[in-house]
Amino acid sequence: MRRSILPRLLFAAMLLANAAPSFAVQPDEILPDARLETRARALSRELRCMVCQNQNIDDSDAPLARDLRILVRERLKAGDNDGQVLDFLVARYGQFVLLKPRFEWDTAALWLAPIALLLVGGAALWAALRRRKAASTHLETVVPLSAAERARLAELTGAGAAAPSRPPAGQV
Amino acid sequence: MIPELGHFALVLALALALVQSIVPLYGARRRDAVLMGVADTTALAQFALVAVSFAALVSCYVMSDFSVATVFENSHSQMPLIYKFTSVWGNHEGSMLLWVLILSVFGGLVAAFGRNIPATLKATVLSVQAWVAAAFFIFILATSNPFLRLPNAPFEGRDLNPILQDFGLAVHPPMLYLGYVGFSITFSFAVAALIEGRIDAAWARWVRPWTLIAWICLTLGIAMGSFWAYYTLGWGGWWYWDPVENASFMPWLAGTALLHSALVMEKRDALKVWTILLAILTFSLSLIGTFLVRSGVLTSVHAFATDPMRGIFILAILVLFIGGSLSLFAWRAPLLKQGGLFAPISREGALVLNNLFLTVACATVFVGTLYPLALEALTGAKISVGAPYFDWTFGPLFCLLLLAVPFGPLLAWKRGDLKGVTQRLAAAMVIALIGITVVCVVEGKPVLAAFGVGVAAFVIVGALTDIVERTGLWRAPFPIAVRRAAGLPRSAWGAAFAHIGLGVTLLGVVGETQWGSEQIVSLRQGDKVSLRHYDFTFDGTSMRNGPNYKELAVKFTVRRNGEPIGVMEPSKRSFPARESGTTEAALMTRGFSQIYVSLGDTTADGAVAVRIYHKPLVLLIWLGAVVMAIGGALSLSDRRLRVGAPKPARARAALQPAE
Repeated sequence: MRRSILPRLLFAAMLLANAAPSFAVQPDEILPDARLETRARALSRELRCMVCQNQNIDDSDAPLARDLRILVRERLKAGDNDGQVLDFLVARYGQFVLLKPRFEWDTAALWLAPIALLLVGGAALWAALRRRKAASTHLETVVPLSAAERARLAELTGAGAAAPSRPPAGQV
Repeated sequence: MIPELGHFALVLALALALVQSIVPLYGARRRDAVLMGVADTTALAQFALVAVSFAALVSCYVMSDFSVATVFENSHSQMPLIYKFTSVWGNHEGSMLLWVLILSVFGGLVAAFGRNIPATLKATVLSVQAWVAAAFFIFILATSNPFLRLPNAPFEGRDLNPILQDFGLAVHPPMLYLGYVGFSITFSFAVAALIEGRIDAAWARWVRPWTLIAWICLTLGIAMGSFWAYYTLGWGGWWYWDPVENASFMPWLAGTALLHSALVMEKRDALKVWTILLAILTFSLSLIGTFLVRSGVLTSVHAFATDPMRGIFILAILVLFIGGSLSLFAWRAPLLKQGGLFAPISREGALVLNNLFLTVACATVFVGTLYPLALEALTGAKISVGAPYFDWTFGPLFCLLLLAVPFGPLLAWKRGDLKGVTQRLAAAMVIALIGITVVCVVEGKPVLAAFGVGVAAFVIVGALTDIVERTGLWRAPFPIAVRRAAGLPRSAWGAAFAHIGLGVTLLGVVGETQWGSEQIVSLRQGDKVSLRHYDFTFDGTSMRNGPNYKELAVKFTVRRNGEPIGVMEPSKRSFPARESGTTEAALMTRGFSQIYVSLGDTTADGAVAVRIYHKPLVLLIWLGAVVMAIGGALSLSDRRLRVGAPKPARARAALQPAE
């Protein structure tokens, strides 16, 4: 119980913590090979501690996270590449272990949402712009004066034919 | 007696809220000044009653009255006074009371200072505000009564969660709630405009100060939460993309978009429908945030409310208000007439682009936060969406937005000159390119770091460009430039500060993530360890007693080039009342960078696991947020907001020459 969950986020005073003061990666876990260790740390940040709330195994204090960290390092020492390590963990624990979900049919909407929304939003803006432009050019279209109007105008100005003037652009 | 008094005051406040939610609205329809005037009185009385109720709860905590259930659960007689005070909102019931307190503060402020708002609009706004208040009063009284008594009063309380026994609790939740709840005013104004079927530039001017206040508080609240997490949790992380963080970040993104679109509406009478929609969405996201956190739907460490009744109740409030306001929007929005026209390349166009990016970024956070819940509900498949997802999606979106930021303030209203603006930003671009080159070539850092520095430099110098040009700093003699600077509208300064703040925060993020380094070692007395230019010597350990905890402290002497520069004393505390503890990291500030030392487990042979970090420029992350908030405050002090909304001057407008 004492170490079951590690408090991670302190938002809005809504934190319920049962944590022992401790921290994630322990000195005895670190691999002597610095390059392998760097890869292990990078992989750890993409893996979820399954008993924690949205926390990666690199930050977690839970015993399970420690087991996973050691497992990752064992696989790396055995010569696995990063993809093989992730495959191994997914085979054991399911997609839930990945903090960055793979692109599959059930996560397609998740991955495509940002770009789709940007495109749809952009298209909507473009359409709105065109509609407004059409509306404004419509308003700017000058309907020629009818014969009666022209006669009336001539009467008012007391001159011959008056050239119809276009209203300036932008004024509606 | 005091708890009963508080409880009774809360019930009275509910009664007043019910009156306020109907009478002034009816008065506004009938154009009856007396009925409309009821709103002012009830709003102020409501505030007084909730304040009494809150004060009653505070006194229960301060006097350690353990006959009250929430005091027993969350307090301890030996706790320092400040934590007794802050533990009032360190739990579900108390934090909901804080929520309605702030709601009633805002209602009271509108009643007291909204003199220049037209009577019918003000009455309608306060009515809508009272609907929200009534719903939350009922929620508190029915499911989360903070004044509940225990039949047999215990002698000692269970203590506040040790992690919350920190100054951060005094600042972070109140600021965050001021932000969340502050957007309720904007929401009320939007709904009132829909009910009245009328909205104009003056409306935007009345709404703007409230939106700004909420936005400033939310900015500071989020930054404070991030800083608190940084120094408390023992490994120096400052943002985790946790659902609860996202819940506060979404209203911030939507609120930022709202600030910008309200600007277009105020200056150019355009984007009305969109502004109304954003106002509704921003507060809806605040409500969703409350729901996510309070219902326990995330089964997060943050979720205090394990009672499903509460979750269903908040969900009902959510459906009622979001569904209701959006239906009203769909029904009434077509009544609102579209205003000023503008070319795509213009200040308005830039602000529309800003809104597009901000809303898509907000939607991305929303999808990422709720997708696992939705997928599990629909298919039963469990997936995780964590920080790497947001880095890949939100990151690029926000980068695009940042690249566009310097262009906005330089473009003219109605029709801008993109080529001219690009030329005016040449200095900013050159400085950004120099930054990129230095980072890439001299430091040999990856492209990502260089790009981050370049974008940050572009945003900061770009924001300065506007000010420099408007004051003529390089062209005019210095005293004239200073006089011009003083004469610039405060809102121009506000925009510059807010944008500079963004760049500063980005610089901090890039510095911390790309240049940071760490050491994880097991140390004994006398051991030495080095990180970057610093050498640390383990001098010894000591045990100490605090008021309600014991702590083990380790003393390190820090040297740079052999010269001692200070002593760092990280510690581990254990709190017997809860059988749990905290890690107190030691921080040493060097310029904008920090050295961070925290302790891990002690092994049987006396060695202590120690984590030492060097975090370059990390303080800029929060300093940037403070600069943004200062920008907001400057904008809030702008003359046009102090003077109030002008009377529409149609006659004069008609005489203006066409452009």
